Amino acid sequence: MVVANATTGIASPLKCALSLSQGFQGSTRRLQWRKNERQCVRKAGQGVITAKFDLKPPPYPLDALEPHMSRETFEYHWGKHHRTYVDNLNKQIAGTELDGMTLEDIVVVTYNKGDLLPPFNNAAQVWNHDFFWESMKPSGGGKPAGELLDLINRDFGSFEEFVKEFKTAAATQFGSGWAWLVYKANRLEVGNAENPLPSDEDKKLVVVKSPNAVNPLVWDYFPLLTVDVWEHAYYLDYQNRRPDYLSIFMEKLVSWEAVSSRLDSAKARATEREREEERKKNEEEENGTANSEAVEMYLESDDAVSD
Amino acid sequence: MALRHLLTKNTLATQPLGILGFRRVQTFSLPDLPYDYGALEPAISGEIMQLHHQKHHQTYITNYNKALEQLDDAMTKGDASTVVKLQSAIKFNGGGHVNHSIFWKNLAPIREGGGEPPKGSLGWAIDNNFGSLEALIQKMNADGAALQGSGWVWLGVDKELNSLVVETTGNQDPLVTKGPSLVPLLGIDVWEHAYYLQYKNVRPDYLKNIWKVMNWKYASEVYAKEFPES
Repeated sequence: MVVANATTGIASPLKCALSLSQGFQGSTRRLQWRKNERQCVRKAGQGVITAKFDLKPPPYPLDALEPHMSRETFEYHWGKHHRTYVDNLNKQIAGTELDGMTLEDIVVVTYNKGDLLPPFNNAAQVWNHDFFWESMKPSGGGKPAGELLDLINRDFGSFEEFVKEFKTAAATQFGSGWAWLVYKANRLEVGNAENPLPSDEDKKLVVVKSPNAVNPLVWDYFPLLTVDVWEHAYYLDYQNRRPDYLSIFMEKLVSWEAVSSRLDSAKARATEREREEERKKNEEEENGTANSEAVEMYLESDDAVSD
Repeated sequence: MALRHLLTKNTLATQPLGILGFRRVQTFSLPDLPYDYGALEPAISGEIMQLHHQKHHQTYITNYNKALEQLDDAMTKGDASTVVKLQSAIKFNGGGHVNHSIFWKNLAPIREGGGEPPKGSLGWAIDNNFGSLEALIQKMNADGAALQGSGWVWLGVDKELNSLVVETTGNQDPLVTKGPSLVPLLGIDVWEHAYYLQYKNVRPDYLKNIWKVMNWKYASEVYAKEFPES
């Protein structure tokens, strides 16, 4: 959630540039990210719009998922870890170009095609944890229904097969990270490749896993469900027994309502995106501004020129 | 062709190679700790030491042995893509075994010298490379705290340059992945399982306290072996 505080006066445009320099400390490669402080300093009295992210509470009391996920876990996981990501993110973006952007946009921009900028870890982890709390509910688990179940059956063979694949991904994400169910709409595995003949069959549910703070937004997928497999997520309740944690998560905690509603909005956004791309393509054709083809010269007579 | 014998304490199922005899893969087992689980308290709790040793380290060994067996099988069959596919499992689990074996030796109870600062050539080298022991500790703690996700922070020596380095590695990557001539002297595990039950999210407190049980004697021995005093 973004809270904007506007002080009196007219807001002057933010001209903060992100200046990056890569420095070497010893033999460890570090990205040194300097805020262009001079351009970002605001004198008193001038209008400033600042945006700050809040620590959103889970949509249930901290003890509501007992005994499967303890209150104590929430006190640390939400109260300390998540809170620290929020606080540090706000500090990092204050007075910069990122200030005022949506959280999702900050995540994608600072992912920087894999060459992570410093705010990425905090931004992505804020987003990931918001998404994670909302993926669970008291008396959760069970099976999905309706269109979600149909798609799961279609894309995984059966609900049981999906559960197996999801738990395997989560169990084999080495080190820290997340496992996801995502809706993949016409996006190929390679970042800059375009699907030449998109069809409805390309839109499917897929299980993916990601390390540390990475999430599927950076791959242009629509996340539907996640489980946190950083050790801090389960260590107090399950110690090293990650597979037990994952089984309980699936059987007792998943909020299929949340997943279904995310699927609905994912499909709507995918359709909207298709329409937008179609519209842009048509516009380009009409204006004759093809990307890689030679520019066609039009005669004043408006007659269509055909090859 | 010569017969190949790889003798091991724990033998896996053997694969007869026709008339050439048997082929066995060297397997690994959990090394004993040179101290009781509770001996490093209060710096590191006995509960953590037991889980860390008996569960986490053991699991790396179990999975490493499994991966090696699969690797051996794939190599024998000439199955190149399986050989390549197994590399990450070998790195994860083998690295986990290598790193933790060093870690247990890096720690010692206070009554057995844990926390006693290094003397001799290593002490001198630390002052030379970092200014002081305090400066080194500060750097390792800062780097360890800043590490995102899971990994290790190391004090190492570059064999070729005879210089000390502080490095971090992610997941279970051994120090040698940062440089082929790097030899680990001390490693601090900053995976959350190494401290969470006791320190929760406050990794900096764990890093501050672990120096009280740091076994500088071991580090000095490794250093002296690389650079024997003339």
